[in-house]
Amino acid sequence: MLGRGALALYLSVLVLLPLAALAAHSLDGGLSAFWQSVTTPEGIAALEFTLVVSVIVVIVNVVFGTLIAWVLVRDDFPGRGVVNSLIDLPFALPTIVVSVVLLALYGKGSPVGIDIALTRSAVGVALLFVTLPFVVRSVQPVLIELDRSMEEAAASLGASPATIVRRVVLPSLAPAIISGAALSFARALGEFGSVLLFAGALPFKTEVSSIYVYNQIENDNLSGAAAVSVVLLAIALLVLAALNVLSRNRSRHVL
Amino acid sequence: MAPRTIARVTSRALPVLAASALLAGCGSSSGGKTVALVAYSTPQAAYAALIPAFQATAAGKGISFTQSYGASGDQSRAVLAGQPANVVNFSLTSDMTKLVSPGIVSPSWDAGPTHGFVTNSVVVFIVRKGNPKHITNWDDLVQPGVKVITPNPLSSGSARWNIMAAYGAQLHEGKTPSQADAYLAALLKNTVAQPTSARDALQTFLSGEGDVLLDYESEAIPDEKKGDAISYVIPASTILIQNPIAVVTRGGTNPNAQAFVNYLLSPAGQTIWAQQGYRPVIPSLVNPKVFPTPADLFTIASLGGWTAVTKEFFGTPNGVVTKIEQGQGVSAG
Repeated sequence: MLGRGALALYLSVLVLLPLAALAAHSLDGGLSAFWQSVTTPEGIAALEFTLVVSVIVVIVNVVFGTLIAWVLVRDDFPGRGVVNSLIDLPFALPTIVVSVVLLALYGKGSPVGIDIALTRSAVGVALLFVTLPFVVRSVQPVLIELDRSMEEAAASLGASPATIVRRVVLPSLAPAIISGAALSFARALGEFGSVLLFAGALPFKTEVSSIYVYNQIENDNLSGAAAVSVVLLAIALLVLAALNVLSRNRSRHVL
Repeated sequence: MAPRTIARVTSRALPVLAASALLAGCGSSSGGKTVALVAYSTPQAAYAALIPAFQATAAGKGISFTQSYGASGDQSRAVLAGQPANVVNFSLTSDMTKLVSPGIVSPSWDAGPTHGFVTNSVVVFIVRKGNPKHITNWDDLVQPGVKVITPNPLSSGSARWNIMAAYGAQLHEGKTPSQADAYLAALLKNTVAQPTSARDALQTFLSGEGDVLLDYESEAIPDEKKGDAISYVIPASTILIQNPIAVVTRGGTNPNAQAFVNYLLSPAGQTIWAQQGYRPVIPSLVNPKVFPTPADLFTIASLGGWTAVTKEFFGTPNGVVTKIEQGQGVSAG
Protein backbone atom coordinates (compact mmCIF):
# COMPACT_ATOMS: atom_id res chain seq x y z
CA MET A 1 0.00 0.00 0.00
CA LEU A 2 2.68 2.43 1.11
CA GLY A 3 4.73 1.56 -1.94
CA ARG A 4 1.82 2.27 -4.24
CA GLY A 5 1.12 5.62 -2.56
CA ALA A 6 4.74 6.63 -2.83
CA LEU A 7 4.76 5.64 -6.47
CA ALA A 8 1.62 7.66 -7.18
CA LEU A 9 3.05 10.73 -5.46
CA TYR A 10 6.39 10.40 -7.18
CA LEU A 11 4.89 9.99 -10.63
CA SER A 12 2.41 12.80 -10.04
CA VAL A 13 5.04 15.31 -9.03
CA LEU A 14 7.51 14.31 -11.72
CA VAL A 15 5.35 13.42 -14.69
CA LEU A 16 1.61 13.85 -14.34
CA LEU A 17 1.49 17.39 -12.96
CA PRO A 18 3.87 18.88 -15.53
CA LEU A 19 2.05 17.10 -18.35
CA ALA A 20 -1.33 18.27 -17.05
CA ALA A 21 -0.04 21.83 -16.76
CA LEU A 22 1.24 21.57 -20.33
CA ALA A 23 -2.09 20.28 -21.59
CA ALA A 24 -3.97 23.02 -19.74
CA HIS A 25 -1.63 25.63 -21.19
CA SER A 26 -2.15 24.41 -24.71
CA LEU A 27 -5.78 25.45 -24.42
CA ASP A 28 -5.06 28.95 -23.07
CA GLY A 29 -6.25 30.54 -26.29
CA GLY A 30 -9.21 28.20 -26.74
CA LEU A 31 -9.72 25.29 -29.12
CA SER A 32 -9.49 27.34 -32.30
CA ALA A 33 -6.15 28.84 -31.25
CA PHE A 34 -4.94 25.32 -30.43
CA TRP A 35 -5.98 24.15 -33.88
CA GLN A 36 -4.39 27.15 -35.56
CA SER A 37 -1.12 26.55 -33.70
CA VAL A 38 -0.83 22.93 -34.71
CA THR A 39 -1.88 23.37 -38.33
CA THR A 40 0.52 26.04 -39.59
CA PRO A 41 2.29 24.75 -42.73
CA GLU A 42 5.64 25.17 -40.98
CA GLY A 43 4.49 23.24 -37.92
CA ILE A 44 3.03 20.43 -40.03
CA ALA A 45 6.16 20.21 -42.17
CA ALA A 46 8.28 19.99 -39.01
CA LEU A 47 6.04 17.31 -37.52
CA GLU A 48 5.98 15.20 -40.69
CA PHE A 49 9.72 15.39 -41.04
CA THR A 50 10.21 14.55 -37.35
CA LEU A 51 8.00 11.48 -37.63
CA VAL A 52 9.56 10.19 -40.84
CA VAL A 53 13.12 10.65 -39.65
CA SER A 54 12.29 9.10 -36.27
CA VAL A 55 10.83 6.01 -37.93
CA ILE A 56 13.90 5.63 -40.14
CA VAL A 57 16.15 6.05 -37.13
CA VAL A 58 14.20 3.40 -35.24
CA ILE A 59 14.50 0.92 -38.11
CA VAL A 60 18.25 1.44 -38.40
CA ASN A 61 18.55 1.17 -34.63
CA VAL A 62 16.65 -2.11 -34.55
CA VAL A 63 18.94 -3.67 -37.15
CA PHE A 64 22.27 -2.33 -35.97
CA GLY A 65 21.43 -2.25 -32.27
CA THR A 66 20.55 -5.94 -32.33
CA LEU A 67 23.67 -6.72 -34.35
CA ILE A 68 25.89 -4.80 -31.94
CA ALA A 69 24.32 -6.55 -28.95
CA TRP A 70 24.81 -9.92 -30.64
CA VAL A 71 28.47 -9.28 -31.37
CA LEU A 72 29.10 -7.93 -27.87
CA VAL A 73 27.49 -10.96 -26.21
CA ARG A 74 28.39 -13.83 -28.51
CA ASP A 75 31.76 -12.81 -29.93
CA ASP A 76 34.89 -12.72 -27.93
CA PHE A 77 37.39 -10.28 -29.35
CA PRO A 78 40.15 -8.12 -27.91
CA GLY A 79 38.78 -4.76 -26.78
CA ARG A 80 35.26 -6.03 -26.27
CA GLY A 81 35.07 -4.37 -22.85
CA VAL A 82 36.13 -1.05 -24.36
CA VAL A 83 33.53 -1.22 -27.13
CA ASN A 84 30.94 -2.20 -24.56
CA SER A 85 31.61 0.88 -22.47
CA LEU A 86 31.66 3.12 -25.59
CA ILE A 87 28.00 2.30 -26.25
CA ASP A 88 26.75 4.46 -23.38
CA LEU A 89 28.87 7.50 -24.16
CA PRO A 90 26.26 9.18 -26.36
CA PHE A 91 24.14 9.47 -23.19
CA ALA A 92 26.87 11.23 -21.28
CA LEU A 93 27.70 13.84 -23.92
CA PRO A 94 25.70 17.09 -23.79
CA THR A 95 23.70 17.05 -27.01
CA ILE A 96 24.81 20.50 -28.15
CA VAL A 97 28.38 19.17 -28.05
CA VAL A 98 27.27 16.31 -30.28
CA SER A 99 26.05 18.92 -32.75
CA VAL A 100 29.30 20.88 -32.71
CA VAL A 101 31.41 17.74 -33.10
CA LEU A 102 29.29 16.37 -35.95
CA LEU A 103 29.37 19.74 -37.69
CA ALA A 104 33.17 19.85 -37.53
CA LEU A 105 33.52 16.24 -38.62
CA TYR A 106 30.84 15.85 -41.29
CA GLY A 107 30.45 19.45 -42.50
CA LYS A 108 32.37 21.66 -44.94
CA GLY A 109 36.08 21.00 -44.53
CA SER A 110 35.37 17.56 -43.16
CA PRO A 111 38.66 15.75 -42.42
CA VAL A 112 37.07 12.52 -43.70
CA GLY A 113 35.54 14.00 -46.85
CA ILE A 114 31.90 13.63 -45.83
CA ASP A 115 29.74 16.76 -45.98
CA ILE A 116 26.16 16.29 -44.92
CA ALA A 117 25.77 19.33 -42.66
CA LEU A 118 22.55 21.32 -43.06
CA THR A 119 20.83 18.43 -44.84
CA ARG A 120 18.06 16.13 -43.72
CA SER A 121 20.57 13.29 -43.49
CA ALA A 122 22.31 15.32 -40.80
CA VAL A 123 19.20 15.10 -38.64
CA GLY A 124 19.14 11.31 -39.11
CA VAL A 125 22.82 10.91 -38.22
CA ALA A 126 22.52 13.10 -35.13
CA LEU A 127 19.48 11.15 -33.95
CA LEU A 128 21.21 7.82 -34.60
CA PHE A 129 24.10 9.00 -32.47
CA VAL A 130 22.01 9.96 -29.45
CA THR A 131 19.69 6.93 -29.64
CA LEU A 132 22.37 4.28 -30.18
CA PRO A 133 22.33 2.78 -26.66
CA PHE A 134 18.58 2.05 -26.41
CA VAL A 135 18.23 -1.11 -28.51
CA VAL A 136 21.71 -2.39 -27.65
CA ARG A 137 21.10 -2.08 -23.93
CA SER A 138 17.62 -3.63 -24.05
CA VAL A 139 18.70 -6.62 -26.11
CA GLN A 140 22.02 -7.35 -24.42
CA PRO A 141 20.78 -8.71 -21.05
CA VAL A 142 18.14 -10.88 -22.74
CA LEU A 143 20.74 -12.29 -25.07
CA ILE A 144 23.05 -13.06 -22.15
CA GLU A 145 20.24 -14.95 -20.36
CA LEU A 146 19.13 -16.74 -23.53
CA ASP A 147 19.35 -20.50 -23.11
CA ARG A 148 21.75 -21.72 -25.78
CA SER A 149 20.52 -25.29 -25.48
CA MET A 150 17.46 -24.27 -27.53
CA GLU A 151 19.70 -23.22 -30.38
CA GLU A 152 21.73 -26.40 -30.01
CA ALA A 153 18.56 -28.47 -30.10
CA ALA A 154 17.44 -26.69 -33.27
CA ALA A 155 20.84 -27.28 -34.85
CA SER A 156 20.80 -30.97 -33.93
CA LEU A 157 17.41 -31.22 -35.61
CA GLY A 158 18.98 -29.92 -38.80
CA ALA A 159 17.98 -26.23 -38.78
CA SER A 160 20.31 -23.91 -40.67
CA PRO A 161 21.92 -21.00 -38.79
CA ALA A 162 19.59 -18.58 -40.59
CA THR A 163 16.57 -20.58 -39.52
CA ILE A 164 17.81 -20.73 -35.94
CA VAL A 165 18.18 -16.95 -35.82
CA ARG A 166 14.79 -16.41 -37.42
CA ARG A 167 12.76 -19.03 -35.55
CA VAL A 168 14.54 -19.37 -32.21
CA VAL A 169 16.68 -16.33 -31.35
CA LEU A 170 14.72 -13.41 -32.78
CA PRO A 171 11.36 -14.41 -31.26
CA SER A 172 12.97 -14.46 -27.82
CA LEU A 173 14.59 -11.10 -28.42
CA ALA A 174 11.53 -9.46 -29.93
CA PRO A 175 10.11 -7.92 -26.71
CA ALA A 176 13.51 -6.44 -25.87
CA ILE A 177 13.98 -5.13 -29.42
CA ILE A 178 10.54 -3.56 -29.39
CA SER A 179 11.06 -1.87 -26.06
CA GLY A 180 14.42 -0.52 -27.24
CA ALA A 181 12.75 0.70 -30.43
CA ALA A 182 10.04 2.44 -28.43
CA LEU A 183 12.60 4.25 -26.28
CA SER A 184 14.60 5.41 -29.29
CA PHE A 185 11.46 6.60 -31.04
CA ALA A 186 10.37 8.64 -28.04
CA ARG A 187 13.82 10.11 -27.65
CA ALA A 188 14.08 10.95 -31.36
CA LEU A 189 10.74 12.78 -31.29
CA GLY A 190 11.88 15.17 -28.59
CA GLU A 191 15.56 15.57 -29.49
CA PHE A 192 16.75 19.16 -29.78
CA GLY A 193 20.39 19.94 -29.10
CA SER A 194 22.14 17.43 -31.34
CA VAL A 195 20.23 18.41 -34.49
CA LEU A 196 20.31 22.15 -33.86
CA LEU A 197 23.67 23.23 -35.27
CA PHE A 198 24.45 20.24 -37.44
CA ALA A 199 21.22 20.41 -39.45
CA GLY A 200 20.68 24.17 -39.41
CA ALA A 201 17.04 24.26 -38.26
CA LEU A 202 15.80 25.58 -41.60
CA PRO A 203 11.98 25.73 -41.71
CA PHE A 204 10.45 23.26 -44.19
CA LYS A 205 13.76 21.46 -44.54
CA THR A 206 15.69 20.53 -41.42
CA GLU A 207 13.51 22.00 -38.71
CA VAL A 208 12.22 19.32 -36.35
CA SER A 209 9.24 19.79 -34.08
CA SER A 210 11.24 20.44 -30.93
CA ILE A 211 13.01 23.35 -32.63
CA TYR A 212 9.72 24.65 -33.98
CA VAL A 213 8.38 24.57 -30.42
CA TYR A 214 11.46 26.39 -29.15
CA ASN A 215 10.99 29.11 -31.77
CA GLN A 216 7.38 29.53 -30.69
CA ILE A 217 8.42 29.93 -27.05
CA GLU A 218 11.04 32.48 -28.01
CA ASN A 219 8.40 34.35 -29.94
CA ASP A 220 6.22 34.56 -26.81
CA ASN A 221 3.71 32.11 -28.26
CA LEU A 222 3.68 29.89 -25.17
CA SER A 223 0.26 28.39 -25.76
CA GLY A 224 1.17 27.56 -29.37
CA ALA A 225 4.35 25.87 -28.14
CA ALA A 226 2.33 23.91 -25.59
CA ALA A 227 -0.19 22.91 -28.26
CA VAL A 228 2.45 21.46 -30.58
CA SER A 229 4.08 19.70 -27.61
CA VAL A 230 0.76 18.12 -26.69
CA VAL A 231 0.44 16.75 -30.23
CA LEU A 232 3.98 15.33 -30.01
CA LEU A 233 3.17 13.77 -26.64
CA ALA A 234 -0.03 12.24 -27.96
CA ILE A 235 1.83 10.66 -30.87
CA ALA A 236 4.55 9.36 -28.54
CA LEU A 237 1.90 7.95 -26.20
CA LEU A 238 0.08 6.19 -29.05
CA VAL A 239 3.25 4.67 -30.45
CA LEU A 240 4.50 3.58 -27.03
CA ALA A 241 1.15 2.01 -26.19
CA ALA A 242 1.00 0.20 -29.55
CA LEU A 243 4.52 -1.14 -29.15
CA ASN A 244 3.71 -2.20 -25.60
CA VAL A 245 0.74 -4.25 -26.81
CA LEU A 246 2.85 -5.71 -29.62
CA SER A 247 5.62 -6.60 -27.21
CA ARG A 248 3.18 -8.29 -24.80
CA ASN A 249 1.67 -10.35 -27.59
CA ARG A 250 5.11 -11.42 -28.72
CA SER A 251 6.16 -12.58 -25.27
CA ARG A 252 2.93 -14.56 -24.82
CA HIS A 253 3.51 -16.18 -28.20
CA VAL A 254 7.06 -17.17 -27.36
CA LEU A 255 6.53 -18.45 -23.84
CA MET B 1 8.49 31.02 -1.39
CA ALA B 2 4.88 30.39 -0.42
CA PRO B 3 3.10 27.67 -2.41
CA ARG B 4 0.68 30.29 -3.63
CA THR B 5 3.41 32.18 -5.38
CA ILE B 6 4.60 29.01 -7.05
CA ALA B 7 1.11 28.30 -8.33
CA ARG B 8 0.83 31.79 -9.72
CA VAL B 9 4.13 31.58 -11.54
CA THR B 10 3.28 28.16 -12.93
CA SER B 11 0.03 29.37 -14.33
CA ARG B 12 1.75 32.18 -16.22
CA ALA B 13 4.73 30.51 -17.81
CA LEU B 14 5.38 27.04 -19.08
CA PRO B 15 6.27 24.76 -16.18
CA VAL B 16 9.84 24.45 -17.35
CA LEU B 17 10.34 28.19 -17.33
CA ALA B 18 8.82 28.47 -13.89
CA ALA B 19 11.04 25.67 -12.65
CA SER B 20 14.18 27.32 -13.92
CA ALA B 21 13.12 30.62 -12.38
CA LEU B 22 12.51 28.91 -9.06
CA LEU B 23 15.90 27.26 -9.17
CA ALA B 24 17.50 30.56 -9.97
CA GLY B 25 15.41 32.11 -7.19
CA CYS B 26 17.53 30.31 -4.64
CA GLY B 27 20.28 32.87 -5.29
CA SER B 28 20.68 36.27 -3.72
CA SER B 29 18.30 39.18 -4.25
CA SER B 30 18.78 42.92 -4.18
CA GLY B 31 20.81 44.81 -1.60
CA GLY B 32 24.27 44.32 -0.29
CA LYS B 33 27.56 44.08 -2.06
CA THR B 34 26.49 41.57 -4.70
CA VAL B 35 25.07 42.74 -8.01
CA ALA B 36 23.05 40.27 -10.08
CA LEU B 37 23.58 40.97 -13.78
CA VAL B 38 21.16 39.41 -16.26
CA ALA B 39 22.12 40.04 -19.88
CA TYR B 40 21.69 38.77 -23.42
CA SER B 41 24.38 36.45 -24.68
CA THR B 42 26.66 38.46 -26.94
CA PRO B 43 28.23 40.93 -24.44
CA GLN B 44 29.50 38.15 -22.18
CA ALA B 45 33.08 38.64 -23.37
CA ALA B 46 32.78 42.40 -22.92
CA TYR B 47 31.53 42.03 -19.35
CA ALA B 48 34.50 39.78 -18.61
CA ALA B 49 36.62 42.90 -19.21
CA LEU B 50 34.19 45.48 -17.82
CA ILE B 51 33.49 43.93 -14.42
CA PRO B 52 37.12 43.69 -13.25
CA ALA B 53 37.69 47.22 -14.54
CA PHE B 54 34.72 48.44 -12.49
CA GLN B 55 35.90 46.55 -9.41
CA ALA B 56 39.23 48.36 -9.73
CA THR B 57 37.52 51.75 -9.35
CA ALA B 58 36.63 53.36 -6.00
CA ALA B 59 32.91 52.85 -6.61
CA GLY B 60 33.32 49.19 -7.50
CA LYS B 61 35.62 48.18 -4.70
CA GLY B 62 34.48 45.04 -2.90
CA ILE B 63 31.43 44.52 -5.08
CA SER B 64 30.89 41.04 -6.39
CA PHE B 65 28.73 39.90 -9.28
CA THR B 66 26.49 37.05 -10.24
CA GLN B 67 26.13 36.87 -14.02
CA SER B 68 23.57 35.22 -16.22
CA TYR B 69 23.68 35.25 -20.03
CA GLY B 70 21.22 33.85 -22.54
CA ALA B 71 18.92 34.69 -25.41
CA SER B 72 17.52 38.18 -24.88
CA GLY B 73 13.88 37.05 -24.84
CA ASP B 74 14.65 34.15 -22.48
CA GLN B 75 16.40 36.44 -20.05
CA SER B 76 13.55 38.92 -20.07
CA ARG B 77 11.03 36.14 -19.44
CA ALA B 78 13.17 34.69 -16.64
CA VAL B 79 13.33 38.03 -14.84
CA LEU B 80 9.60 38.42 -15.35
CA ALA B 81 9.08 34.97 -13.78
CA GLY B 82 11.11 35.91 -10.71
CA GLN B 83 14.82 35.48 -11.43
CA PRO B 84 16.65 37.91 -9.13
CA ALA B 85 18.32 40.72 -11.06
CA ASN B 86 19.77 44.10 -10.20
CA VAL B 87 20.93 45.09 -13.67
CA VAL B 88 19.32 43.95 -16.91
CA ASN B 89 20.86 44.37 -20.36
CA PHE B 90 18.93 43.18 -23.39
CA SER B 91 19.34 43.12 -27.14
CA LEU B 92 15.92 44.57 -27.88
CA THR B 93 14.08 47.44 -26.25
CA SER B 94 10.88 45.37 -26.34
CA ASP B 95 12.44 42.93 -23.87
CA MET B 96 12.96 45.89 -21.51
CA THR B 97 9.53 47.48 -21.92
CA LYS B 98 7.98 44.11 -21.01
CA LEU B 99 9.40 44.62 -17.51
CA VAL B 100 8.02 48.12 -17.01
CA SER B 101 4.33 47.46 -16.36
CA PRO B 102 4.93 44.67 -13.78
CA GLY B 103 7.05 47.22 -11.87
CA ILE B 104 10.40 45.45 -12.32
CA VAL B 105 12.00 48.35 -14.17
CA SER B 106 11.18 52.03 -13.70
CA PRO B 107 8.99 53.63 -16.41
CA SER B 108 11.68 56.30 -16.71
CA TRP B 109 14.45 53.77 -17.44
CA ASP B 110 15.09 55.48 -20.79
CA ALA B 111 15.15 59.04 -19.44
CA GLY B 112 18.96 59.34 -19.25
CA PRO B 113 21.18 61.15 -21.74
CA THR B 114 21.68 57.92 -23.76
CA HIS B 115 17.94 57.11 -23.67
CA GLY B 116 18.61 53.90 -21.77
CA PHE B 117 21.08 52.49 -24.31
CA VAL B 118 24.47 51.27 -23.18
CA THR B 119 25.92 50.18 -26.53
CA ASN B 120 25.36 50.70 -30.22
CA SER B 121 26.28 48.55 -33.17
CA VAL B 122 25.20 48.04 -36.77
CA VAL B 123 24.03 45.04 -38.79
CA VAL B 124 26.85 43.86 -41.07
CA PHE B 125 27.52 41.08 -43.58
CA ILE B 126 30.13 38.62 -42.38
CA VAL B 127 31.70 36.94 -45.44
CA ARG B 128 34.58 34.60 -46.18
CA LYS B 129 38.00 36.24 -46.10
CA GLY B 130 38.54 38.29 -49.26
CA ASN B 131 34.78 38.27 -49.96
CA PRO B 132 34.97 35.74 -52.85
CA LYS B 133 31.29 36.18 -53.73
CA HIS B 134 31.60 39.98 -53.86
CA ILE B 135 28.76 40.59 -51.45
CA THR B 136 28.50 44.32 -50.82
CA ASN B 137 24.84 45.29 -50.72
CA TRP B 138 21.42 43.96 -49.81
CA ASP B 139 20.55 43.03 -53.41
CA ASP B 140 23.53 40.67 -53.50
CA LEU B 141 21.95 38.59 -50.75
CA VAL B 142 18.91 37.61 -52.80
CA GLN B 143 20.84 36.54 -55.91
CA PRO B 144 20.33 32.90 -56.85
CA GLY B 145 22.93 30.62 -55.32
CA VAL B 146 23.95 32.94 -52.51
CA LYS B 147 23.72 31.03 -49.25
CA VAL B 148 22.65 33.23 -46.37
CA ILE B 149 22.76 32.37 -42.68
CA THR B 150 20.78 34.29 -40.10
CA PRO B 151 19.39 33.13 -36.79
CA ASN B 152 15.67 32.39 -36.81
CA PRO B 153 13.89 35.77 -36.65
CA LEU B 154 11.13 34.34 -34.50
CA SER B 155 13.51 33.17 -31.79
CA SER B 156 16.52 35.47 -31.93
CA GLY B 157 16.75 39.15 -31.05
CA SER B 158 19.79 39.43 -33.26
CA ALA B 159 17.87 38.11 -36.25
CA ARG B 160 15.17 40.72 -35.69
CA TRP B 161 17.78 43.43 -36.07
CA ASN B 162 18.93 41.72 -39.29
CA ILE B 163 15.43 41.57 -40.69
CA MET B 164 14.60 45.17 -39.83
CA ALA B 165 17.93 46.30 -41.32
CA ALA B 166 17.00 44.53 -44.55
CA TYR B 167 13.49 45.94 -44.52
CA GLY B 168 14.56 49.51 -43.74
CA ALA B 169 17.25 49.39 -46.41
CA GLN B 170 14.63 48.46 -48.99
CA LEU B 171 12.40 51.37 -47.99
CA HIS B 172 15.39 53.70 -48.16
CA GLU B 173 16.12 52.44 -51.68
CA GLY B 174 12.65 53.69 -52.62
CA LYS B 175 10.76 50.39 -52.51
CA THR B 176 7.18 50.26 -51.26
CA PRO B 177 6.41 48.41 -48.00
CA SER B 178 4.97 45.46 -49.91
CA GLN B 179 8.05 45.31 -52.17
CA ALA B 180 10.14 45.34 -49.00
CA ASP B 181 8.04 42.48 -47.61
CA ALA B 182 8.70 40.55 -50.82
CA TYR B 183 12.41 41.23 -50.36
CA LEU B 184 12.25 39.68 -46.89
CA ALA B 185 10.61 36.58 -48.36
CA ALA B 186 13.36 36.32 -51.01
CA LEU B 187 16.05 36.83 -48.36
CA LEU B 188 14.67 34.11 -46.09
CA LYS B 189 14.32 31.84 -49.13
CA ASN B 190 18.08 32.13 -49.66
CA THR B 191 18.88 31.02 -46.10
CA VAL B 192 20.49 27.61 -45.70
CA ALA B 193 20.29 27.57 -41.92
CA GLN B 194 18.31 29.42 -39.31
CA PRO B 195 19.89 28.50 -35.97
CA THR B 196 18.08 29.65 -32.85
CA SER B 197 20.66 32.20 -31.69
CA ALA B 198 23.36 34.54 -33.01
CA ARG B 199 26.03 32.42 -31.34
CA ASP B 200 24.81 29.25 -33.04
CA ALA B 201 24.63 31.05 -36.38
CA LEU B 202 28.22 32.25 -36.02
CA GLN B 203 29.32 28.73 -35.10
CA THR B 204 27.60 27.35 -38.20
CA PHE B 205 29.20 30.00 -40.44
CA LEU B 206 32.67 29.46 -38.96
CA SER B 207 32.35 25.74 -39.67
CA GLY B 208 32.35 26.67 -43.37
CA GLU B 209 28.64 26.73 -44.16
CA GLY B 210 27.07 29.57 -46.13
CA ASP B 211 28.42 32.57 -48.05
CA VAL B 212 27.23 35.37 -45.81
CA LEU B 213 26.15 35.68 -42.21
CA LEU B 214 24.01 38.56 -41.03
CA ASP B 215 25.30 39.64 -37.64
CA TYR B 216 26.21 42.46 -35.29
CA GLU B 217 29.36 44.44 -36.07
CA SER B 218 30.24 43.90 -32.40
CA GLU B 219 30.49 40.16 -33.10
CA ALA B 220 32.36 40.58 -36.38
CA ILE B 221 35.13 42.77 -34.96
CA PRO B 222 36.37 40.38 -32.23
CA ASP B 223 36.06 37.41 -34.59
CA GLU B 224 38.13 39.04 -37.28
CA LYS B 225 40.69 39.99 -34.61
CA LYS B 226 40.73 36.43 -33.30
CA GLY B 227 42.03 35.33 -36.70
CA ASP B 228 38.97 33.52 -38.03
CA ALA B 229 39.03 33.46 -41.85
CA ILE B 230 36.32 36.08 -42.23
CA SER B 231 35.87 39.68 -43.30
CA TYR B 232 32.88 41.88 -42.80
CA VAL B 233 31.13 44.41 -44.97
CA ILE B 234 29.15 47.32 -43.59
CA PRO B 235 26.35 47.86 -46.10
CA ALA B 236 25.78 51.47 -47.14
CA SER B 237 22.26 51.26 -45.79
CA THR B 238 21.87 49.58 -42.42
CA ILE B 239 20.24 49.85 -39.02
CA LEU B 240 21.71 51.29 -35.83
CA ILE B 241 21.48 48.57 -33.20
CA GLN B 242 20.79 50.05 -29.76
CA ASN B 243 20.96 47.80 -26.71
CA PRO B 244 19.09 48.88 -23.57
CA ILE B 245 20.28 48.59 -19.96
CA ALA B 246 18.45 49.36 -16.72
CA VAL B 247 18.71 49.06 -12.98
CA VAL B 248 15.99 46.81 -11.59
CA THR B 249 13.71 48.58 -9.11
CA ARG B 250 11.74 45.51 -7.98
CA GLY B 251 12.47 44.87 -4.29
CA GLY B 252 14.38 48.15 -4.00
CA THR B 253 17.19 49.56 -6.09
CA ASN B 254 20.65 48.27 -5.24
CA PRO B 255 22.89 51.39 -5.10
CA ASN B 256 25.84 49.31 -6.25
CA ALA B 257 23.89 48.30 -9.34
CA GLN B 258 23.35 51.98 -10.13
CA ALA B 259 27.07 52.60 -9.62
CA PHE B 260 27.86 49.78 -12.05
CA VAL B 261 25.51 51.13 -14.72
CA ASN B 262 26.96 54.61 -14.22
CA TYR B 263 30.40 53.13 -14.81
CA LEU B 264 29.27 51.30 -17.96
CA LEU B 265 28.00 54.62 -19.33
CA SER B 266 31.07 56.61 -18.27
CA PRO B 267 33.87 57.44 -20.73
CA ALA B 268 36.06 54.79 -19.03
CA GLY B 269 33.39 52.11 -19.41
CA GLN B 270 32.52 53.15 -22.95
CA THR B 271 36.18 52.94 -23.95
CA ILE B 272 36.23 49.30 -22.88
CA TRP B 273 33.01 48.61 -24.76
CA ALA B 274 34.68 50.09 -27.86
CA GLN B 275 37.71 47.83 -27.41
CA GLN B 276 35.30 44.90 -27.36
CA GLY B 277 33.76 45.93 -30.70
CA TYR B 278 30.74 47.93 -29.57
CA ARG B 279 30.06 51.46 -30.79
CA PRO B 280 30.13 53.82 -27.79
CA VAL B 281 26.93 55.72 -26.99
CA ILE B 282 29.04 58.81 -26.28
CA PRO B 283 29.49 60.28 -29.79
CA SER B 284 32.89 61.84 -29.08
CA LEU B 285 34.33 58.40 -28.28
CA VAL B 286 33.36 56.83 -31.62
CA ASN B 287 36.56 56.35 -33.59
CA PRO B 288 35.54 56.65 -37.27
CA LYS B 289 38.48 54.48 -38.37
CA VAL B 290 37.15 51.51 -36.41
CA PHE B 291 33.49 52.46 -36.62
CA PRO B 292 32.84 54.22 -39.94
CA THR B 293 29.36 55.72 -40.15
CA PRO B 294 27.42 54.09 -42.98
CA ALA B 295 26.09 56.47 -45.65
CA ASP B 296 22.51 55.69 -44.73
CA LEU B 297 22.15 54.73 -41.08
CA PHE B 298 18.62 54.51 -39.73
CA THR B 299 17.13 53.62 -36.35
CA ILE B 300 14.35 51.26 -35.33
CA ALA B 301 12.43 54.33 -34.17
CA SER B 302 12.27 55.47 -37.82
CA LEU B 303 10.48 52.19 -38.59
CA GLY B 304 7.97 52.69 -35.79
CA GLY B 305 9.89 51.41 -32.74
CA TRP B 306 10.17 47.87 -31.42
CA THR B 307 6.70 47.68 -29.89
CA ALA B 308 4.96 48.38 -33.21
CA VAL B 309 7.52 46.47 -35.28
CA THR B 310 7.30 43.37 -33.08
CA LYS B 311 3.56 43.21 -33.57
CA GLU B 312 3.59 43.99 -37.28
CA PHE B 313 6.48 41.73 -38.29
CA PHE B 314 6.91 39.04 -35.66
CA GLY B 315 3.46 38.71 -34.10
CA THR B 316 1.63 35.39 -33.97
CA PRO B 317 -0.11 34.48 -36.20
CA ASN B 318 -0.26 37.50 -38.51
CA GLY B 319 3.21 39.10 -38.45
CA VAL B 320 4.76 39.61 -41.89
CA VAL B 321 7.83 37.53 -41.04
CA THR B 322 5.83 34.99 -39.04
CA LYS B 323 3.75 34.36 -42.15
CA ILE B 324 6.78 34.10 -44.42
CA GLU B 325 8.41 31.64 -42.03
CA GLN B 326 5.29 29.57 -41.66
CA GLY B 327 4.97 29.22 -45.40
CA GLN B 328 1.95 31.45 -45.78
CA GLY B 329 3.72 33.88 -48.07
CA VAL B 330 3.58 37.64 -48.23
CA SER B 331 0.14 39.15 -47.93
CA ALA B 332 -0.81 41.39 -50.81
CA GLY B 333 -0.78 45.12 -50.14
